[in-house]
Amino acid sequence: MMKIEAIIQPSRFESVKEALLEIGVEGMTVTEVRGHGRQKGHTEVYRGREYTVDLLPKVKLEVVLPDQLVNRAVDAILKSAKTGKIGDGKIFLSRVDEAIRIRNEERGESAL
Amino acid sequence: MKRMGIVCCSVLALVLLAVPLLAQQSPATNPPASAPSSQVPQAVTERLNQLEQRVTAAQLSADNAWMLVSAALVLMMTGPGLALFYGGLVRQKNVLAIMMQSFALMALITVLWALVGYSLCFGGDGHFIGNFQMALLRGVGAIPNADYAATIPQSTFMVYQLMFAIITPALITGATAERMKFSGTVLFMTLWFLVVYAPMAHMVWGKGGFLNASLGGRFPTLDFAGGTVVHVTSGVSALVCALYLNKRVGYPKQPMPPHSLVLSFTGACLLWVGWFGFNAGSALASNGLASSAFVATHFGAAAAAIGWCLAEWIKNGRPSALGAISGAVAGLVAITPAAGFVAPMPALTIGFIAGIFCFWMVTKFKGIFGYDDALDAFGVHGAGGTIGALLTGVFAQFAINPIFGDGKAVGGLDGHWSQVGNQMVGVLIAWLLALAGTMVILKIVDVTVGLRVTEEQELEGLDITLHGEEGYNLES
Repeated sequence: MMKIEAIIQPSRFESVKEALLEIGVEGMTVTEVRGHGRQKGHTEVYRGREYTVDLLPKVKLEVVLPDQLVNRAVDAILKSAKTGKIGDGKIFLSRVDEAIRIRNEERGESAL
Repeated sequence: MKRMGIVCCSVLALVLLAVPLLAQQSPATNPPASAPSSQVPQAVTERLNQLEQRVTAAQLSADNAWMLVSAALVLMMTGPGLALFYGGLVRQKNVLAIMMQSFALMALITVLWALVGYSLCFGGDGHFIGNFQMALLRGVGAIPNADYAATIPQSTFMVYQLMFAIITPALITGATAERMKFSGTVLFMTLWFLVVYAPMAHMVWGKGGFLNASLGGRFPTLDFAGGTVVHVTSGVSALVCALYLNKRVGYPKQPMPPHSLVLSFTGACLLWVGWFGFNAGSALASNGLASSAFVATHFGAAAAAIGWCLAEWIKNGRPSALGAISGAVAGLVAITPAAGFVAPMPALTIGFIAGIFCFWMVTKFKGIFGYDDALDAFGVHGAGGTIGALLTGVFAQFAINPIFGDGKAVGGLDGHWSQVGNQMVGVLIAWLLALAGTMVILKIVDVTVGLRVTEEQELEGLDITLHGEEGYNLES
């Protein structure tokens, strides 16, 4: 089992979600977050005063998947989240030791 | 054209007057009416009297309808107009506090107005301030006060003027935003209304006032709807407050962007609409002058919005929504003293100049001197009011408003350039009164109830610390 954490542009979220559903991903957790990488935000001007807004709104999407689905899911996210511009976000992969469904205490991949 | 009209009217009037006489004379041919009063009289005089009364009543109805609507429009400028405009410009944690200040003034000034305010502004014929003759609104009712507005009930005039007294101190809250105590604000505004507003309003608009243009002033200052009385006084006092209170914690290093330009946008549009009551209503009648002021007001606002936006576009590479609405407000401020004296084209000029001038005041001047006029009450109202009052002296024309009597030149365009000098006197007095009065009042409030919230309160936000509420509980 692996967890995919993808931090993406809010504007790309709908297409990423669709792409994941298409390859058979059944669940996901989504959080609205703020942050920056090398992009370092943008500037806004109000009545001549300039402000640097360095934390920009992003969407963080978390999915835990059986190993055989991970590569396809990563491809799907890459394809659907990419605009080619700075600020497109990142994908992090990590191992997950255990998954437990709270309703019936099922464990392992079948709990996903 | 005008002479033709006068001739036509006179002929028409003669014909109309002659009709009843002829009608009466024809049956009684002999002897020719030697004593018409005994033969014609009763019925005709009575009918003429009735007619006269009805004409008066009709004019009163028409004027009163417009003036009551105008009064409501001017109140709408404070709440919700100014409250939304300022509310959007502060940070989220202070939105209720700033709106509450505008609203509190709607209540506070109303009570003061009824007790002594109206009388101090419009009672008697002193040079500098009114008297207590109409305190507690004694004698203020349905009968018009011929000195000020002969065709509307005095209670309409009274309540209309009240709305001006409400918005004027409310404008100052833009400079003290995000750091002044509520108790301090209430005491400050009470004193400010009595010490700065009332004398200025009387000097400019009151009978016998030192600066009154039509009722015997020493330096007749043209101020149609309050360029000096409302905007210069509040704007200059705002500057004094900003300097005395000092900067907000973290200014100018920390970003303090407006929390909702959507609120500000809505507020500015309400201000624009409400300003028709403010300026066109200042004709105090539903007449041609009101239309002229309405047109000038609208044109001034439009040209100023374009002026500010253009300046911004050239300087920053893009026009902003905040720039557009700030420009419109600056134009409305500048056209306020001029509205009832200038033609549409000069109104465009005044607006355009004000838009660019206030943009410079807010973006450059403020930066050079480093004072924290949080929402630019001085940059827009003080600066816009001053330039508007001076330009009124340049562009006023007797063709629009023969305020000094028939055929007498009014402003520079008529060749009466010394009017610009009169305007300067008016502006200077407004500046001095606002500077001195505000300094003294700030000192008094500072040593009694205090002016500024604690640093902790300021950081946490005034909504929670002063009012125990939050503007937005989106999760509840």
